[in-house]
Amino acid sequence: MIRSELVQKIADENPHLYQRDVERIVSTIFDEIIDAMARGDRVELRGFGAFSVKKRDARTGRNPRTGESVQVEEKHVPFFKTGKLLRDRLNGK
Amino acid sequence: MSEKTVTRMDLSEAVFREVGLSRNESAQLVEGVLAHMSDALAAGDQVKISSFGTFSVRDKAARVGRNPKTGQEVPIHPRRVLTFRPSHLMKDRVAAGNKS
Repeated sequence: MIRSELVQKIADENPHLYQRDVERIVSTIFDEIIDAMARGDRVELRGFGAFSVKKRDARTGRNPRTGESVQVEEKHVPFFKTGKLLRDRLNGK
Repeated sequence: MSEKTVTRMDLSEAVFREVGLSRNESAQLVEGVLAHMSDALAAGDQVKISSFGTFSVRDKAARVGRNPKTGQEVPIHPRRVLTFRPSHLMKDRVAAGNKS
């Protein structure tokens, strides 16, 4: 399923909404999640999962082609942990 | 880092502010989005949200695990797990926003 298919499903269920409003609603939800993580916040959606930010320490990396050492700075990366309900559903429980 | 926790309520509040539907309807729409994504994943489909990320379902084979406390061997049954791969946009925004 891709974004446009998700929008279509929501639009089908809500015939009173314009398609462009459904697109805005879907975008707002995903943008809000990204904005929260950009602030360092955690997003917890019970039953679905939780998005959080993990810190990766600075390290000395290596260019695999040349073998040259490069300094990699500390950075923060997005992380998703599946919720219990969804995990159980994936396994047919 | 502020370390606040954002929930469904905050997402529906954002929809309410942005689109001007009732709070109740905004909450139902947030629920609908999560439900459709969950249904697709439960059916084994991949969910690809452009500029957000991709959720995919992976099959894990059975293996022998070990209780780390007792050292006892326990069989781990084959199972399906969900992996999320963030988009470049998400990675860039999260990295930029949390720069110290």
